[in-house]
Amino acid sequence: MDDFILRALLAGLLVVLVSGPLGCVVIWRRMAYFGDTLAHSALLGTAMGLLFELDPMIGVLVLGILISVLLVLFQRKPDLSTDTLLGIMAHGALAMGLVLLALMQNQGMRVDLLGYLFGDILAVSWSDLSWMLAGILLVAFCLRLLWRSMLSIAIHEELARSEGIAVDWIRLGFMLLMALVVAIAMKVVGILLITALLIVPAAAARRFAQSPESMAAVAIGFGVLSVILGMAASIHWDSPTGPSIVVASVLLFFASRLKAARFS
Amino acid sequence: MSEFLINAEAISLQIADRQVLDNIDLHVKPGEIVTLVGPNGSGKTSLVRLLLGLLKPDAGTLRRKPGLRIGYMPQKLHIDEVLPLTVQRFLQLASNGDEYELRSVAQRVGAVDLLKKPVQRISGGEFQRVLLARSLLRKPDLLVLDEPAQGVDINGQQQLYQLIAEIRDEYGCGVLMVSHDLHLVMEATDHVLCLNTHICCTGHPEAVSKHPEYLKLFGASLEGIAVYTHHHDHTHDLHGDVVDDKGCQHG
Repeated sequence: MDDFILRALLAGLLVVLVSGPLGCVVIWRRMAYFGDTLAHSALLGTAMGLLFELDPMIGVLVLGILISVLLVLFQRKPDLSTDTLLGIMAHGALAMGLVLLALMQNQGMRVDLLGYLFGDILAVSWSDLSWMLAGILLVAFCLRLLWRSMLSIAIHEELARSEGIAVDWIRLGFMLLMALVVAIAMKVVGILLITALLIVPAAAARRFAQSPESMAAVAIGFGVLSVILGMAASIHWDSPTGPSIVVASVLLFFASRLKAARFS
Repeated sequence: MSEFLINAEAISLQIADRQVLDNIDLHVKPGEIVTLVGPNGSGKTSLVRLLLGLLKPDAGTLRRKPGLRIGYMPQKLHIDEVLPLTVQRFLQLASNGDEYELRSVAQRVGAVDLLKKPVQRISGGEFQRVLLARSLLRKPDLLVLDEPAQGVDINGQQQLYQLIAEIRDEYGCGVLMVSHDLHLVMEATDHVLCLNTHICCTGHPEAVSKHPEYLKLFGASLEGIAVYTHHHDHTHDLHGDVVDDKGCQHG
């Protein structure tokens, strides 16, 4: 196997290891649109990273944190609904990112817009991989730490609060974890398709799970399958890798719907 | 004289320029069942949230016994179909990992047969028992129950209130209950507060149910209860031999 294919495979597998469980929480708490907002803002983050001559991943992470904090602040005065706020931030950040990148191109900078939008998993280097590994380990550790609290919050926020769980902090912590995963996953599927990696394997896992933990585990399994099948298809038909991985996960999702729902 | 578990003195609360609670005094002692009645929008839920520490009063003092453990049973809990969760796992989230204790508490509220079932597949009455079990797993000094009998049929309601009274005796905890229907909870209550932003009247259930302020507040819904009771008799008639109602003659 060629070296770059091995690196791509490892990068994909690393990401789905945490996007599976994280994605389960995202669909339990109906936060898919928040994931989308983070992803859209990632383009602006990338542009800012390039502008300040930093790794795009760092720009994306900083902007993700900014968006999370802004959202929490806006939500305190609930005269606009969350999806409106998210819509404003998502498209505002996307538009600003496109403008900023175009201006930079006008100045003669080389910008690989398609690479950011759709991912460039085959260009992942060993040093990228080591950063990804560190980030994924951090996310996995925090996820393990916050899991029980997040589950309680997903069930009933008020009840969790009355039991002494610091709901606001956990919520912010979870958003930051998502920002980190978006920054990492950008290389794999690109910013337009990151949310798919979070929600599709998790949704496919639903009918195979009797407990929250088994749903997370099955979601990882579907994620791994999607990466392997998507990459194989990409090599075989010379299709773009990131989108091929998402297509594989969506096909797996439809296959999972063939399993009869258990209503005991 | 026993110590108060929780003691609120002259607390007031405003939400967005609206007076939600005005000068409320309330206290619960160990082993005492206090019921809060009041129409919709009277501030019952806000008061509960204050006592739970989820809201802060704008005026007045709220004292809790140091180290007070509160078991809270929320008004309505809908768990989305997308979250796979058995009753057992739901209870585990409130327990310290002692499976034996979890089973015995489930046994006590009559929910032991439900443990393996998904939470989305049990009835309203069963769910209320499970919620009660969950609040008991926290070994509470004070149980706070917000409309515990919501969505439970009338026979189930009486059983549930009976169960709550028994649990108070066994655990020795104080109970603060919210209800919109005093007559159903009368037997199981020591002290009633009738709330409508301020406290209209307070005292023993019998006395409150005859108090002019209470009757003024609940005049309309009292008729509602009378109709409901009639309806209840009627279903019993269907199980009996003779039905004297023309509407039920089926040839």
